[in-house]
Amino acid sequence: MWNTVFPYLLSGISVGGQYALIAIGYTMVYGILRLINFAHGDVFMVAGIIMVYMAASGVPLWLCIPLVLVLTALIGFVIERVAYKPLRTAPRMSAMISAIGVSYTLQNLVLYVTGGLNQIYPTIPWISDSVTIFGATTKMVTVITPILTIVLVVALVALINHTKIGMAMRAVSRDFETSQLMGIKINRVISTTFVIGTFLAGVASVLYFTNYTTVIQTSGAMPGLKAFVAAVFGGIGSIPGAVVGAFIIGIAENIIKGLDIILFKAGIISGPMGLATFSDAFTFALLIIILAVKPTGLFGEKITDKV
Amino acid sequence: MTDMKKKKMDSATVISIVIVLALYVLVFVAEQIIPATSMLFTVIKKGATYALVAVSMNLLNGFTGIFSLGQAGFMLVGAYVYGIFTIPVVSRMDVYQYYSGGLVQFTLPVFVAMLLSGLAAAFLALLIGLPVLRLKSDYLAIATLGFAEIIRALFQWDKLGPITNGSNMLRLFPNFNDFNIRNANGDVVVYLSTLVPLLIAGVCIFVIILLINSTYGRALRAIKDDEIAAEAMGIRLASHKRLAFCISSFFAGVGGAMLAMYQTTVQAKSFTTAMTYEILLIVVIGGIGSVTGSCMSSFLFVACSEWWLRFLDQKQVIGDFEVPLLRNGFRLVVFSIIIMIVVLFFRQGIMGRKELPDLIRQLQGKKAKGGASK
Repeated sequence: MWNTVFPYLLSGISVGGQYALIAIGYTMVYGILRLINFAHGDVFMVAGIIMVYMAASGVPLWLCIPLVLVLTALIGFVIERVAYKPLRTAPRMSAMISAIGVSYTLQNLVLYVTGGLNQIYPTIPWISDSVTIFGATTKMVTVITPILTIVLVVALVALINHTKIGMAMRAVSRDFETSQLMGIKINRVISTTFVIGTFLAGVASVLYFTNYTTVIQTSGAMPGLKAFVAAVFGGIGSIPGAVVGAFIIGIAENIIKGLDIILFKAGIISGPMGLATFSDAFTFALLIIILAVKPTGLFGEKITDKV
Repeated sequence: MTDMKKKKMDSATVISIVIVLALYVLVFVAEQIIPATSMLFTVIKKGATYALVAVSMNLLNGFTGIFSLGQAGFMLVGAYVYGIFTIPVVSRMDVYQYYSGGLVQFTLPVFVAMLLSGLAAAFLALLIGLPVLRLKSDYLAIATLGFAEIIRALFQWDKLGPITNGSNMLRLFPNFNDFNIRNANGDVVVYLSTLVPLLIAGVCIFVIILLINSTYGRALRAIKDDEIAAEAMGIRLASHKRLAFCISSFFAGVGGAMLAMYQTTVQAKSFTTAMTYEILLIVVIGGIGSVTGSCMSSFLFVACSEWWLRFLDQKQVIGDFEVPLLRNGFRLVVFSIIIMIVVLFFRQGIMGRKELPDLIRQLQGKKAKGGASK
């Protein structure tokens, strides 16, 4: 029984870590701008594409990774300046529509550049190597992801709690206008938030695509949505919440992928049920349940409506 | 202004109706003269379908202020219901080849099936609405989006195969070309394959317009402007929102059936979130809160993506000069940039919140300047 479940659990933890890194970008941006950045998943995909092209053009891999991370952060910065900053005073829905527009644009740009073909992600030595843990064979990246995720999250929480910019971020997410009156440079805080968020999405893309090996213009959509669900599940605006939510979703999704086999081996069902079809749908079912039961998520603050 | 509470129709409304009817006559005549393979008809057919879905989305997003992103899910239900009930019994063995002919062994008339498509989508909306409509703005958007994804997975489930054909496509059901009237030899006598979809969309949109201009429609607008104030004025929020959600989904379902007819095949995996986004962008380009705008931008959107901007996807040589950048996919890049410009700088879209009669009234107003004003 354990031998059947363990490989799925392992890849669930790994994918969960990758979702967590994406989810932090969502949750930070939402905390400050109250905006669902629908383009975040596509930035993650673009980071993958940049890596593919950079490696193909002969840049050594050890240089590729930092370059990709910097470029991704830069893209996040530019997107915020071009597509969201002009809409700061507009109704909230306008910014959300703009985010959908950016997502559409990024996907079409990548479609144009790649010709709509699957791009093979470069094999990064060491993290692509096979390892065997407790009898399950997997890639090194599966083991590294959760560790790296925890390290990055601890660093991020330290940044938010103990630095000046972190204090500014907390202030802005509490009250946008008042913090502006207190002399906080709002635009700088927002840009920093985007840079941090997209940087982490870049890290996630290196880990994720090392595991899945191909990138196409639509590869960002599903991980993006799931990471967002993770952020909502954990309570949007809360970084620990997003991480916990992401791990739960990653594990649940992978267990469902193998549920047919697991249930069959346990003798509960006699033939295949095709339950793997629901691995994506389950995430959304979880979202709807949490929204119906506890709309502010696991760790969210209680919001009261004022007239 | 947008409220038309006059008892008699004014001249602007009459002129608008005449313009729309004239367009229908024009399409009918064109269809008899121009060869049926022309891109024009493809654009009108798909445009009519998208117009209906866009207007149904506008009813929610633009008039009620419910930001729903579940349109693709309701279209999927509509398309599947239509497909399942209209495949001729003789073809069922071919279509449901992995499920020994499927469970449903009868065929409904096309229009009955379309009605059923709408009803099925509306019923689903009723169920989904119970948990979802309590949520606010972006939470509602993401929850409806989630439901659309769940529906998509459900329709691909192998165990439902005898009904939905699993992840295989439904095909061989009647499509738009079956509206053409043929003589005994099978030659087409009267071409109706473009006019009929346009008529179906027209009738549905007309019903939506009537609804928007009723007291009920005004209640919806009040909800959009300020929920709390509307509630204080005695509008029951929950029931009004639920009804708007169901009606919008009904027409999205009918639109889905039309899309099935246009595509001649249905497959669940094509009804993605990207489809909803596309329709949302159409609504935004047309102007959130304008039926005329949604219709115009649907046809523009389809014409640009299927026809007018096609040349951007091919190599173009002018004299000896080969235009750079042009290759497969460039059309979509240009298209996205146009959309971003509209979203960022022309937030009103083409029409803002104006309708066709408002435009005509503006023109009349300019002419009447200096003369006696009404």
